[in-house]
Amino acid sequence: MVNLALAWAERYQAEHPEVSLSVTGGGSGTGIAALVNGTVDIANASRAMKTEEVQQAVANGINPVEFTVARDAIAVVVNPENPVRKLTLQQISDIYSGKINNWSQVGGDDRPIVRLSRETNSGTHVYFLETVLRLGDKTNPTLFSTDTLLLPSSEGIISEVELNPNAIGYDGLGYIPPDLMGSVIAVARDASGPFVTPSIASVNDGSYPVARDLYMYTAGEPTGAIKDYINWILSAEAQTIVADLGFVPIK
Amino acid sequence: MGKSKNWRETLITAVVRTCGYSAVVFVLLIFFFLLREGVPALAEVKLGDLLSARWYPIESHFGILPLLTGSLIVTVGAMLIAIPFGIGTAVFLSEIAPRWMREILKPLVELLGGLPSVVLGFLGILVLSPFLRVFLNLPTGLTALAGALLLGGIAVPTTVSIAEDALDAVPQSYREGALALGATRWQTIWRVTLPAARSGVLTALMLGIGRTIGETMAVMMVTGNAPVLAIKLTSIFSPVRTMTATIAAEMGEVANGSTHYHVLFLIGLVLFLISLAVNIAASSVVFKSRKRAERVLS
Repeated sequence: MVNLALAWAERYQAEHPEVSLSVTGGGSGTGIAALVNGTVDIANASRAMKTEEVQQAVANGINPVEFTVARDAIAVVVNPENPVRKLTLQQISDIYSGKINNWSQVGGDDRPIVRLSRETNSGTHVYFLETVLRLGDKTNPTLFSTDTLLLPSSEGIISEVELNPNAIGYDGLGYIPPDLMGSVIAVARDASGPFVTPSIASVNDGSYPVARDLYMYTAGEPTGAIKDYINWILSAEAQTIVADLGFVPIK
Repeated sequence: MGKSKNWRETLITAVVRTCGYSAVVFVLLIFFFLLREGVPALAEVKLGDLLSARWYPIESHFGILPLLTGSLIVTVGAMLIAIPFGIGTAVFLSEIAPRWMREILKPLVELLGGLPSVVLGFLGILVLSPFLRVFLNLPTGLTALAGALLLGGIAVPTTVSIAEDALDAVPQSYREGALALGATRWQTIWRVTLPAARSGVLTALMLGIGRTIGETMAVMMVTGNAPVLAIKLTSIFSPVRTMTATIAAEMGEVANGSTHYHVLFLIGLVLFLISLAVNIAASSVVFKSRKRAERVLS
């Protein structure tokens, strides 16, 4: 979400020069931890706060308030040379948990599969674990296979997918560059269902199965400048920025 | 006149002594801080869990063995590269190269040592790892080998600089004596000069190891950060996760005082103890050989 937060901050500061906004990256886990520790006013998160995190915040005297500010599709992407373009959720889950190890098992060439993921502090990582690896089942104990490469940034994933024909990676739709848009996988909920590619339309009508809400958390009900900023983010002007960056506006 | 000299002497002695002791004090303070923040992890996580093979801290899997083996395999690989290249270059610069070549090459090697490691990491992702993937037919080039190559490259300038100074400090009479006894140039270098410079060369290697085991940015970018247990010989061709990269990647997200926080400090403590062990081993060898030399001279 850091690209989105930066774009919003830039535009807002251009229109309201008396307000100063500073944005730092580091993943949803970092932002939420900072809110719990009381060092930030707003935490951007691409996943919901966990119960333990809410408890820790309340123990520190901070009452987190959640705002849904945009929606996002998680695109699964492969190298342009890879002929595979369709996968079911179960197949993606089996690939990432280590049950499927060769592209030939899902209709591709005879190549080993190299799995790329974001680091554990990323909300995208946690969301992918819960929705894709565990298929939305909270009791499912499936974990990422130990040889999944955990890269510290989206750029690392994109770079390796572009260079390595064995690679499969996932990231927010807004982070996929134009040269990889052609090799985004169409995902189906099961083998019979329609294979849907991620887009604004398919997220808003619910047909793309790997979509999520993006949140901003404040310490308590926002007041003053923070309240004005959040209201602006929920307005039409800020939501066009959402669409420009490849995310899905909430209206 | 005598009194003011005395006062100045005492003051300078005190200042120098404070600086010397402060080095020890700072190291001790860091050690106690690591202990204070890391030891609670031993109480909060069962020892069996800490020594398990699964590192997935967001679901409370705190097995640090994959991280330990990851750091070790990358360090060993890097030293296997840095030792021959480092000592070899130092020997070349000090014993074989003509004076004018040495004057040019030595500053160039030190310039290489000044390269920021993150720049090398960047080159590693874009150039080294695709090359390794194609050349060695691996699934991916982001492996321990890429990390070891980069770290070897980072450790070599440090090693060369200090080893070359040590070799240069060996008195010319040793070499002349050896040559007078009929030794060849190689025999002189290998049997006389290098052993005489042993303490300096070992120091150079220890500094190289210290730099390697503590390197964070370059390994975080090229080793793939996969927490695999790297115990087979072929593990050098697979992705690994080092202790340093783990601390760097995860410290930002931990809540102060949580179990994950304590375990990360425990890992820091382990790193500290490993560096300490390496330094103690090196000093004991250095001091032992010095004592023997003193005996011979007397």
